[in-house]
Amino acid sequence: MTSSISRTAFVLAMALGSAAPLAARAESVLTVAMTAGDIPATTGNPDQGFEGFRFVGYNLYDGLALWDLSSSDKPSDIKPGLATSWEVDPNNHKRWIYHLRQGVKWHDGCPFTADDVIWNFGRITDDKAPQFYTQQMAFSRAYTTNFSSVEKIDDSTVAITTKVVESLFPYQLSYILMVSRCRAEALHYDWNAYAEHPSGTGPFRADRLVAHERFELLPNKEYWDPKRIAKYDRLVLLPMPEAATRTAALLTGQVNFVEAPSPDAIPRLRSAGMQIITNTYPHNWPYILNFVRGPMADIRVRRAANYALNRGEFVELLGGTAIEDYATMPPTSPWYGHPIKYEFNQAKAKELLKEAGCLPCKITLAISTSGSGQMQPLPMNELVKSQLEEVGFQVEFKVMDWNSLIEIGRSGVVKYPEIDGYNGSRALLDPVSALIKPVGKLYWSPGGANWGHFYDPEIEDLVGQIFNEFDTDKRLTMLIKLHELESDRAQMIWVVHDLNPRALSPKLHGFVQAQNWFQDLTPITVDP
Amino acid sequence: MLGYIARRILLAIPIAFGVSVVCFSLVYLAPGDPLQTILPSDATQEMVEQIKHAYGFDRPLPVQYLLWLVHVLTGDFGVSISTRRPVILEVTGALSNTFILTSFAIPLSFITGYAMGALAGCFPGRAVDRIVTGAAVVGVSLPNYWLGIVLVIIFAVELMALPATGMGPQGSSQFNVLHWSSARFLVLPVITLSMIPVGIIARTTRAAVSEVLNQDFVTTLRAKGLSEFAVIRHVLKNSAPQVLAVMGLQFGYLMGGSILIETVFTWPGSGFMLSKAIINRDIPVLQGTILFLAMIFVATNLVVDLLQSMIDPRIRRS
Repeated sequence: MTSSISRTAFVLAMALGSAAPLAARAESVLTVAMTAGDIPATTGNPDQGFEGFRFVGYNLYDGLALWDLSSSDKPSDIKPGLATSWEVDPNNHKRWIYHLRQGVKWHDGCPFTADDVIWNFGRITDDKAPQFYTQQMAFSRAYTTNFSSVEKIDDSTVAITTKVVESLFPYQLSYILMVSRCRAEALHYDWNAYAEHPSGTGPFRADRLVAHERFELLPNKEYWDPKRIAKYDRLVLLPMPEAATRTAALLTGQVNFVEAPSPDAIPRLRSAGMQIITNTYPHNWPYILNFVRGPMADIRVRRAANYALNRGEFVELLGGTAIEDYATMPPTSPWYGHPIKYEFNQAKAKELLKEAGCLPCKITLAISTSGSGQMQPLPMNELVKSQLEEVGFQVEFKVMDWNSLIEIGRSGVVKYPEIDGYNGSRALLDPVSALIKPVGKLYWSPGGANWGHFYDPEIEDLVGQIFNEFDTDKRLTMLIKLHELESDRAQMIWVVHDLNPRALSPKLHGFVQAQNWFQDLTPITVDP
Repeated sequence: MLGYIARRILLAIPIAFGVSVVCFSLVYLAPGDPLQTILPSDATQEMVEQIKHAYGFDRPLPVQYLLWLVHVLTGDFGVSISTRRPVILEVTGALSNTFILTSFAIPLSFITGYAMGALAGCFPGRAVDRIVTGAAVVGVSLPNYWLGIVLVIIFAVELMALPATGMGPQGSSQFNVLHWSSARFLVLPVITLSMIPVGIIARTTRAAVSEVLNQDFVTTLRAKGLSEFAVIRHVLKNSAPQVLAVMGLQFGYLMGGSILIETVFTWPGSGFMLSKAIINRDIPVLQGTILFLAMIFVATNLVVDLLQSMIDPRIRRS
């Protein structure tokens, strides 16, 4: 009996002794102030644009393909995710074979299987399936346009068939996130309950969700990629749409990672010892033009507008958080090539307008007062107007809120023929979204991203060739040519590329700002 | 009195119905589309139709209104387009957070405003009147979001005395006003929120008190030999209906939450929610919140009317 008590006391003493250092160590927390007004959806594909993917989507979930975010000095491309590799069926170019990663577990402990992939596609495309969820159908619809069907070949292989041949189809699958069938079935497909208890395969698992206020995640210690297991204890995501509030929250230590501080707050943040991190980003701020009617249908007018802009002044206005933009892609892009550099040349702009017989050249541009990725829309648009008017344009703005501008962007030039262009920031992640959709006839609005009905037989032919080219190197050459042709046709009015500033507490180390809208938060370390 | 109360309550019903029609139709008058935020920018027409049907936006507006009204009468306000959570939960959750703010802002602003106004009204033209009037003008004129940012810079960033944003380290779910660790998050938003009502109530009270002071009955009271304290008591009572009406409006305004202040302080109340719903065109949330807030205004006006008639029987008779 005595020995039993002694043994118990010894075990308790050991337990307390080993627990003491743990209790003494403060929890290391990465607290992020997002620009989003709300917690992005946690039920799979998130809302709140690519910020939703960046902080919730890609932390909770994986897709068959993921983005390589490990480097800041080269543009990122897709890499294997829940699929270790994929190839097109040599006998049927509409059929893609995906080899699934083995040994992956959902956060709820169930194994990831080929059946889960089939089930996930049913969830977003088959409205007769019990797991079908309207919200997720809406959030992923842009990426399933060319999806036709999926079949299981064996436990580790699935085949996905597309409607038309598209050599760039694997990019679409990087935007489709896989959720746990196990968890959904346990919750009887109650997606509101799932939102509070999500389960994915991503590098973080959900811990606590306070609706609209905070989302807390813990590192997934079982993550299939050991290099991406976070070293800190907790990730906290806070929606904070007001830039001044984010700045104050960082300065007071309430958060240690801030998205998009306003340019005028950056000197103050620097003086407080904060790290300001910027990098080339596949995000530009152009005007998307009307090619059906009005002055912009004339290539000379479009070129004149591009020569009229002194882009250095925009960089100065933005406190150096942007770079000059002379073509769709930033110069670091593999698809960049040798586009025309529309350097500031007022004489040339005036000459082109005179040649086009458009003096004064009256144009109407739709702009928004704010919006996702719209940077500082009002002062920037004012600067554009003053520079264009110096060479002979007469600019009238139609100013509206972001939602109304999206409406114009979606409805297209047929519904809004009187608008000569609209100012909409663009995500230039994959070649289809960046280069093909704005020029392909297949994507004419409404129902496509070619808002102004651009059409050029040479470009149209090239797009067809790209979709049918499965050799990566040959396709790259074609994409470069496409980029150069779009530049030659002055297909947009290009202004700046955002460098997307972030401000980090000096206590954070190891963050690598990839040249991508998505970022990897796992390599970060947090000093106590 | 009971008949008067019943009449006022009955009158509130058509007002509530009118409010429901207005708040339903107003959100459709604004440009933009409720499905913009969940649809990709290059959504095809077929995709738009499919999603409109799934969310019930493909029906004619009157049909949508009637369906909405029937559901509202049974307590079902629908679900948020953005979050798919029931609107009733969204609205009540946000209102309870706003209520925490207002339960401090209302006494602070009403007591301060009334005291300042009464003091100024009793001494018209004197130094105290000029100081109070000046302060009230400043309170009313300062943009409160600007004041909020300035207070954050001074007390949170520079002095590190108070937090800048949010409802505490664990959010609203563990907010406990009795603990300083939570209550300190209230200080700056409450002060900011109170500033305009203080100014308005002070000005109204000052005007009402000084007006009553000039009335004949005050001279009569003084001639009767009443002490100045007793005279002021009569003056304050007689000026109360006018002040109460303004307080009622301010109560409704404070209960509605302030979009700007709640956004500056990231306070998850009804104002912050309303701003997100406007940006996202989340029509069910917008309609539910506006209806709730309108009902608060209707109820507040009803209570104010009853209080006024209790203080001044002439109102009841008219």
